[in-house]
Amino acid sequence: MIMSHLIDLDTVRVIWWGLLGVLLIGFALTDGFDLGIGALLPFVGQTDLERRVAINSIGPTWEGNQVWFILGGGAIFAAWPPLYAVSFSGFYLAMFVVLAALILRPVAFKYRSKRESQSWRDTWDWALFIGGAVPALIFGVAVGNVLQGVPFHFNQDLLSIYEGSFFGLLRPFALLAGIVSLTMLMTHGAAWLAVKTQGPVAARARAIGSVTGLVAVLGYAAAGLWLAYGIQGYHIVGAVAPNGPSNPLYTEVARGGSWLDAYTLRPWILIAPILGFGGLLLTVLGLRSRREISTLLFSKLAILGVISSVGLTMFPFILPSSTDAHSSLTVWNASSSQMTLFVMLVVTVIFMPLILLYTAWVYKVLWGKVTEADVAGNSHSVY
Amino acid sequence: MDISIVELSRLQFAMTALYHFLFVPLTLGLSLIVAIMETVYVMTNRPIWRQMTKFWGTLFGINFVLGVATGLTMEFEFGMNWSYYSQYVGDIFGAPLAIEGLMAFFLEATFVGLFFFGWDKLPKVQHMIVAWLVAIGSNFSALWILIANGWMQHPVGATFNPMTMRMEMTSFYDVMFNEVAQAKFVHTVSAGYVTASVFVLGVSAWYLLKGRHVELARRSIAIASAFGLAAALSVVLLGDESGYNAGLSQKMKLASIEAMWQTEPAPAAFTAFGIPDQANHKTRYAVHIPWLMGIIGTRSFDTPIPGINDLVKEAEGRIRDGLIAYDALMTYRADKGNVPADVKATFEQHSENLGYAFLLKKYVEDPRTATDAQISAAANDTVPTVWPLFWGFRIMAGLGFGFIGTMIYFFYRASFRRMKFPRGALILAVVMIPTPWIAAEMGWIVAEFGRQPWTVDGVLPTAMSVSHLSATDLLLTIAGFATLYTVLFIVEMGLMLKYIRKGPFQDVEETQTWNDAHETRLRGGAHAAPFAAPAE
Repeated sequence: MIMSHLIDLDTVRVIWWGLLGVLLIGFALTDGFDLGIGALLPFVGQTDLERRVAINSIGPTWEGNQVWFILGGGAIFAAWPPLYAVSFSGFYLAMFVVLAALILRPVAFKYRSKRESQSWRDTWDWALFIGGAVPALIFGVAVGNVLQGVPFHFNQDLLSIYEGSFFGLLRPFALLAGIVSLTMLMTHGAAWLAVKTQGPVAARARAIGSVTGLVAVLGYAAAGLWLAYGIQGYHIVGAVAPNGPSNPLYTEVARGGSWLDAYTLRPWILIAPILGFGGLLLTVLGLRSRREISTLLFSKLAILGVISSVGLTMFPFILPSSTDAHSSLTVWNASSSQMTLFVMLVVTVIFMPLILLYTAWVYKVLWGKVTEADVAGNSHSVY
Repeated sequence: MDISIVELSRLQFAMTALYHFLFVPLTLGLSLIVAIMETVYVMTNRPIWRQMTKFWGTLFGINFVLGVATGLTMEFEFGMNWSYYSQYVGDIFGAPLAIEGLMAFFLEATFVGLFFFGWDKLPKVQHMIVAWLVAIGSNFSALWILIANGWMQHPVGATFNPMTMRMEMTSFYDVMFNEVAQAKFVHTVSAGYVTASVFVLGVSAWYLLKGRHVELARRSIAIASAFGLAAALSVVLLGDESGYNAGLSQKMKLASIEAMWQTEPAPAAFTAFGIPDQANHKTRYAVHIPWLMGIIGTRSFDTPIPGINDLVKEAEGRIRDGLIAYDALMTYRADKGNVPADVKATFEQHSENLGYAFLLKKYVEDPRTATDAQISAAANDTVPTVWPLFWGFRIMAGLGFGFIGTMIYFFYRASFRRMKFPRGALILAVVMIPTPWIAAEMGWIVAEFGRQPWTVDGVLPTAMSVSHLSATDLLLTIAGFATLYTVLFIVEMGLMLKYIRKGPFQDVEETQTWNDAHETRLRGGAHAAPFAAPAE
């Protein structure tokens, strides 16, 4: 018997669909506050020292956090090759903008404090701001586009042909999703700053975070209403073949009904939006009442709820096509082979706990507030 | 299929990969050298070694971050620019990339922050372990990316599935223990170690020339020359192993590197010099070294190495065979997989050469309608442009032997001549700093340009692998990457030079105090000149 047949294809597909969610959520939970702090940087830090405090609150850890993003790319490639191929080539210029912004960010962290000049540092502060705000916005815009359907189809060779344009991505609903994503991550960054810093930086973070948190709640609610009344859903026509070959051309898909029909089919998934709303509101309250640790926890729950609500609502769709519904990618037609999914699952089961363990250890070593005195006193070793 | 899209995509990939590979080799080697220095510090408790760790660590950090930043592009560029490739081989190629993230990137990236920020927060031994984890993490990442790349050169452990129209993994073990990948891994990391050794040697030599930071420089040379010698020997030996493997799996690449147009009687001669003439399939002004090529390529005296012309003939046969598989595949497609047993059998019998039929896609929409002239043109396409391979290889190999010589010399002077280096040798070491980068970039060109016209050797032609993009898209991103990368390069070089000029700036007083005391101890009343014992 072949080892990889220990788990049925449909089961391992669902597991990898779940792991895709875990990776996106892991990325948003960890790198999310780095992006958020980047976007907050010009507002929470008025002086160079204040900005350095904000930067050093994530100085030793942003690099590890960023790996969630890289791993996201690698894991989508390994487990969902058609998704990797269609989305990144389709969103080509948007991906370039994200990459350019994310390339600036590590360099800005590392190089900013290597010279004294104010204009040098101001330039890198801009890079950190762009490197935080732009990806946070575009990730949301991408999710918004996915919910509306993306204009692509496969030709007979299974080459994906994208029919949209860069500016075509900036549809109103997608922009709303972008705002939710940006404000949610800014709130998360503010919650982190409230834990790791003190004085004016923490105070400004709390003030800004409670506003962005409210914007995120309102935006999330508006997006929900929009989905209910303004956007059609998708469904598979005829028999669903969860063990079918990974070939999108074999599936019959039609547009119609609402995405939110999922909540009548699977009422338990209501937990996700409840977590999203509850988490965001509690984060706002927590920021106002200075409950730092629990606020960070609430913010994490909010992100967990908001991101998983998108996935659970769309299941089994992962990338629907607006111009050729049959080309839509689903959990059942866009995965890797059973062997690859199995091998990757074994590797993940071994390494993910290790990663979480040593990451937790690093955070423990670095625990404690970053103060202006720390930063000023250790100019050689900190950013 | 628009040829200009293919060419532009290749240009962008080559540009971003070659640029990324400016930073990777130094990261691979310097992470290890820094960990070795810190280990010496922990063992001897001498402050100078901590200062060395911090100083080379600072330079490591400036370089490391650009490796990370430009690596982001690599992780996503396959999907952006090579979407058909990604869809066609993602089942195999994606796995090592994801494992690279899980096993290597998390390790190095999580601990690299602690390396820089943790000096006062961790006990000595723990901090040293952190340095080693960073080094191990970077080296693991080389392992997995080269397993991915090795599969493109020598696609084992996979088969084409007509139901899903793509390659699928049949044996993870074969993919992982692909002999091409293993040889490439050791060759590439050794090249990284040589790069870092030459860098440390050159910068230290510059300090000695200037009479600055002499203690730091001498000890650094001791480490760099010993480590560099081992690495330089390994890089050449494993390069030879790669050559042998190419002889087994990529005969066309080997023949092109040698500009060997005709099959020669065994053991074939090595062409030390020559001007390849692609149009006439000739090499002008060739200078031969008898027997050498046969020995490198086949490890024997009696196995002939096939020449380019014979390989083209072979390719033509494989194209015709692949067309039978292609025809069966079209039946699969039309019937959505419900095909009679005989079609299935036909397909399986010929599917090995399916990729060769795809070579015709450049000329006709349906390869089955190709004319004889087109088939012969497609067979000719299997020959890469010879001169960059011929010369790239010779520059790389020549430099490789140069590194061995340099390292032997400095190792000898450091170990047996009391660290006395003639001025000329020090100047040479400074001048040599850029050369390992030249060798590394040449190595990339030989390996990847030599893989053409395939993205996956014999399986998927490059011309078919690209995304459906417009020339405008590509020109925009090529211009964008070029601008961004140029600016970053200038910034990085500026900082690197600034911090090299500045020299060690941490733990200065403590190190100086210890050093003065150490010198007095070494003199021990006699008037012998102080020296740094390399093995301390």
